[in-house]
Amino acid sequence: MSLNIKDNEVDIVIAALRSDLTAFMEKWRPFFSRFHLIIIKDPDMEEDLQIPPGFDHQVFTKSDMAQILGATSINFSGHSCRYFGYLISRKKYIISIDDDCLPARDNTGTLVDAVAQHIVNLKTPATPFFFNTLYDPFCKGADFVRGYPFSLRNGVECALSCGLWLNIADYDAPTQVVKPNERNVRYVDAVMTVPVRAMMPMSGINIGFNRELLGPALLPGLRLAGEGKQRWETMEDIWCGMCAKVVCDHLGLGVKSGLPYVWRGDGVDVKGAMESLKREWEGVKLMEEVAPFFQSVRLPRTAVTAEDCVIEMAAMVKEQLGPLNPVFAGAADAMLEWVKLWKAAGSQGA
Amino acid sequence: MAGSASIPSTPFLKDELDIVIPTIRNLDFLEMWRPYFQPYHLIIVQDGDPSKTIKVPEGFDYELYNRNDINRILGPKASCISFKDSACRCFGYMVSKKKYIFTIDDDCFVAKDPSGKEINALEQHIKNLLAPSTPFFFNTLYDPFREGVDFVRGYPFSLREGVATAVSHGLWLNIPDYDAPTQLVKPRERNTRYVDAVLTIPKGTLFPMCGMNLAFDRELIGPAMYFGLMGDGQPIGRYDDMWAGWCTKVICDHLGLGVKTGLPYIWHSKASNPFVNLKKEYNGIFWQEELIPFFQSAVLSKDCTTVQKCYIELSKQVREKLGKIDPYFNKLADAMVTWIEAWDELNPSGAAAEKPNGTAK
Repeated sequence: MSLNIKDNEVDIVIAALRSDLTAFMEKWRPFFSRFHLIIIKDPDMEEDLQIPPGFDHQVFTKSDMAQILGATSINFSGHSCRYFGYLISRKKYIISIDDDCLPARDNTGTLVDAVAQHIVNLKTPATPFFFNTLYDPFCKGADFVRGYPFSLRNGVECALSCGLWLNIADYDAPTQVVKPNERNVRYVDAVMTVPVRAMMPMSGINIGFNRELLGPALLPGLRLAGEGKQRWETMEDIWCGMCAKVVCDHLGLGVKSGLPYVWRGDGVDVKGAMESLKREWEGVKLMEEVAPFFQSVRLPRTAVTAEDCVIEMAAMVKEQLGPLNPVFAGAADAMLEWVKLWKAAGSQGA
Repeated sequence: MAGSASIPSTPFLKDELDIVIPTIRNLDFLEMWRPYFQPYHLIIVQDGDPSKTIKVPEGFDYELYNRNDINRILGPKASCISFKDSACRCFGYMVSKKKYIFTIDDDCFVAKDPSGKEINALEQHIKNLLAPSTPFFFNTLYDPFREGVDFVRGYPFSLREGVATAVSHGLWLNIPDYDAPTQLVKPRERNTRYVDAVLTIPKGTLFPMCGMNLAFDRELIGPAMYFGLMGDGQPIGRYDDMWAGWCTKVICDHLGLGVKTGLPYIWHSKASNPFVNLKKEYNGIFWQEELIPFFQSAVLSKDCTTVQKCYIELSKQVREKLGKIDPYFNKLADAMVTWIEAWDELNPSGAAAEKPNGTAK
């Protein structure tokens, strides 16, 4: 790595939805071991966590969360427990990877250091205002192509890095049911900036972000009535990603997508997917309202921080989406509650 | 010599696609492309001295136009076709009678993918054009219509049909398409990264369109592919494809058509002289700072329901807003109108296909 990564700049936040993290952490050891880990135990999980030795880590359980947060309307169970980790971290960068993912291998067969790649993505500029056809121009061996305006070549700060998945891709339940045997085997060797105003589904499975710039916008907002523990039964990250992208676009920050890859999961539980179709159908229908809403959001000039932006958006969500479904009104409330918690956590100091 | 040429299972489209090649030197490069190009009709646009004979390798079905032909066919309207610049290739688009165009430079050869297999660039372009685009929402696994991949969780179902693809923009291994300043700073840089992706450029996003390895649906977007006034007698060069790309993207966005970029790769063998390039690009480097905001904010009225109408409307805006940068833009605006007039003359009725206005977003 040509970039100087300081250990004390990074927290790795892991949402533990399974109790035995041994295999997961052993496989990630070469890439995790130099960093501090914040492990949040799913409040719904009874069993104790099994964590191998040799990691600098802290574990937070349901009772820790209650003690630190006090009473809150936000539900941190399931995949949402990781947001607690974001809240209490004091580091500049957060990397978060689902506990059913392992390091992937690139096209040369080398294990991918996903943590380092996210940090590289976050530390090099993004280019949201004009698309570079050779993808990331700051990558070694690449540059801006002919026709790329010079005034845009400085780029902007990258606040969010969205990685991808080999093997079990992050598909929704209907797609899993239709294509239970499909495996993502294509390693696309590129990082690119998602252009300004382009919407995308952010998968929370493998992300990194600049907590100082974007923290308040990475929020547990939308909780499906039938939310479950499988990724295809959640929309929390999709909602969060839409908010984050709007905030980034407004504040002139960049969002990257592409490398790093992680290796995800063992197989697809088709029966489980079919059952969750009933629940996730709700999420799928909601996206039809959600997408046009986010595409049309315009934030006022006075919103100059991520917090400001979230507060403005919460009001818009309440007003425009609230009447369509109670789940949106809940999201609006959660967004405001999140900013409140964020401010309180910030005031507690390191 | 054929190498491991893949027999395409994709439709050949051999009677529906023309290959347009501008040349001033020779067409030796066609030998390497023979297994892939031979079934197709070629339109060769000979730039430079019309008295020179360009030899076309045996066995190709082609029509060739030199400057005399262009002048004869277009009469006074020939003024819109550049001389001494590969921008003249757009004459080939105009005279073609086919639905699809593939255009390639004469210093571009067959590339190999990472497994060592030869890349059938034409086949990939056809795949790109025949599959829908997805400009309204970014799919993080890139083109969802490719084998082995799909739309990701969270991608709205109502947007999964996609829209018609108007343009397929391919890339280059070896000599990358850099501008002169970058070439001067990095003369040895070679593009060795094979990025195995095709993706739709989102609506509202501009990009630098390179004409070296490009395919498009002539019926959907042909009239927008005017490569401008470049070369001899003009204050600018090497911005022909850029100009066409910005106009094309604005019009595609307006009409709800898709533009893809990524695969296929070709092997670009020749690095042109960076000092010569710098002279040609010089004005372009400054002017593009004004051009980009112009195109980014260009709005076409709802009455612009055909490509021609969009293009004429754009030409008015060019005159109005860019004329003050340099008189060149007034000339260019005139040439844009001349181009459309010539296009309609050579492609009477039926060619101006009405396209429904895209959903205003």
